[in-house]
Amino acid sequence: MVEIRWHGRGGQGAFTAARLLGVAVTLFEDRYALAFPSFGPERRGSPVLGFTRIDNCKIADRSIITDCDVVIILDDTLLDDSVLNGLRRGGLLLVNTAHGELPIRPPDYVRTVLVDATSLAMQYLGRPITNTALLGALAASSDIVRIHSLIAAIRAEMKGTSAEKNVALLEAAYNVYGGNIA
Amino acid sequence: MERETKAFLSGNEAVARAVRLARPHVIAAYPITPQTTVIERLAEMVEEESLKSEYLHVESEHSALSACIGASAVGARTFTATSSQGLLYMAECLHYASGGRFPIVMMNANRSVALPWNIYGDQRDSLSLLDCGWIQAYAEDAQESLDLVLQAYAIAEHSEVLTPMMINLDGFVITHTYELVNVPGQNEIDLFLPPFRTTNKMDFDCPMSLAFTAGPAYNQAFKQLQHLAMLKASRVIGEVEERFGRLVGRNYPGLIETLYCGDAEYIIVTLGSVAGTIRPVIEKLRSGGERVGLVRIRYMRPFPDAEIRRALAGAKAVGVLEKDISFGFEGTVFTNVSSALMRSQVVPPRLLNFVGGLGGKDISAADIELIFKRLKNSEPGETVEFI
Repeated sequence: MVEIRWHGRGGQGAFTAARLLGVAVTLFEDRYALAFPSFGPERRGSPVLGFTRIDNCKIADRSIITDCDVVIILDDTLLDDSVLNGLRRGGLLLVNTAHGELPIRPPDYVRTVLVDATSLAMQYLGRPITNTALLGALAASSDIVRIHSLIAAIRAEMKGTSAEKNVALLEAAYNVYGGNIA
Repeated sequence: MERETKAFLSGNEAVARAVRLARPHVIAAYPITPQTTVIERLAEMVEEESLKSEYLHVESEHSALSACIGASAVGARTFTATSSQGLLYMAECLHYASGGRFPIVMMNANRSVALPWNIYGDQRDSLSLLDCGWIQAYAEDAQESLDLVLQAYAIAEHSEVLTPMMINLDGFVITHTYELVNVPGQNEIDLFLPPFRTTNKMDFDCPMSLAFTAGPAYNQAFKQLQHLAMLKASRVIGEVEERFGRLVGRNYPGLIETLYCGDAEYIIVTLGSVAGTIRPVIEKLRSGGERVGLVRIRYMRPFPDAEIRRALAGAKAVGVLEKDISFGFEGTVFTNVSSALMRSQVVPPRLLNFVGGLGGKDISAADIELIFKRLKNSEPGETVEFI
């Protein structure tokens, strides 16, 4: 079981990313997933959470996720020590930031990857929506999901030029952060 | 879609897909969190003409169910959905629908009732309305939610049942969680669920009285008929599930589902999505040699009294876990289970009630392990314990 927590602000697509990851592994990798938002009212700009649980068999447990293997931060203004809560030893912290260093100090047992997803998103989408870029960086930095499954998921869930722009952004982020897709 | 497809859907979206497959003539609903996305999806389907239904935008839940009653009274297949305060606002109409024998299908997103005001999940809304004459089912996940909606039409519209049915989904935990769902093809469902035909309708060719007055001489007879129809639903549910399994390929176990009850000494009885949290705990405890089991109640009405007696016959201790409390007494599910057990000669030595999850409070795997510990502990304690 892999548990992933997404931190964003309402409107930035944190839950959409959690859901796209679920689509990728269930419909294109024959695995199982649950994807859910932090439950409750939705407000643009306020901090929100998204969650993805992935496993090779059907997932029964629907209690809230407290401990997780990956924490992904879409907006670095959300960074404080609380984002590290429950991040397991050997876990991955993926942060969208234009700065070379973080205002928090993650523990040594956590792998930290900094991604300038906003610059990439401005380049490919013309707006600072970074969720698909972070999915690309996730695929490059871990073996949680295959890049081709994410491409298929974006094409299944988005339409027309929006889908193709996001696929281009996903692939670019994947290549920049260690992957290699032609 | 003609053939079965896999999709990554929320519980609400799965329900909307099921409703489209059932081809209702009329949908009338009023939005309320966490039900809203069901009726948003249905409105979109009607707008894009992938669903040919009359979609009525009404000004309240009372009107939503009233509109469904009117439509059902001319022989239309109907759907509505609500939650919490909306369900309570429908309360008067719930009795009209069941008393009039209108087989309306409704989804209820289980949510806390005010005050304190709260939009999160518990089951106090539907459990406080057990006596309104509706069949009540509780889903564990999105797939079961979808399948229950389709089965609901076949059960409710059965000529020996003619009773409305409410399908309950835990608010947010099922309604807003996305998961893999198999969506049946329209061909399969057209075979499983033919168009609604009834004689209980306004009809110029075959006029009859509907929704009438019945004084003291006759009133009780109608209520007895309602009771008998609900009892018959127990059998019909099994028949419908068998036919669904044959035509659609997924099987369901009837009014309750049991896990390891054959040899279990300590059993939790519950309903809804929390069963999913209990399953891995049971596997873990059993791998350590502990004889623990689960009864998941799928239908609260008709109540599975015989099934529960059989499942609990060998237990040393039973804990009923529910997201509900009847203030000043105990949880309503516990009252029902206790009553069923009193009808048999075999009552487990210990019978405890655990109340949790009120207003969305999380029930964790650790809470479940604690409940099993309490069941094994032979010291007397409070019958009702809040976790």
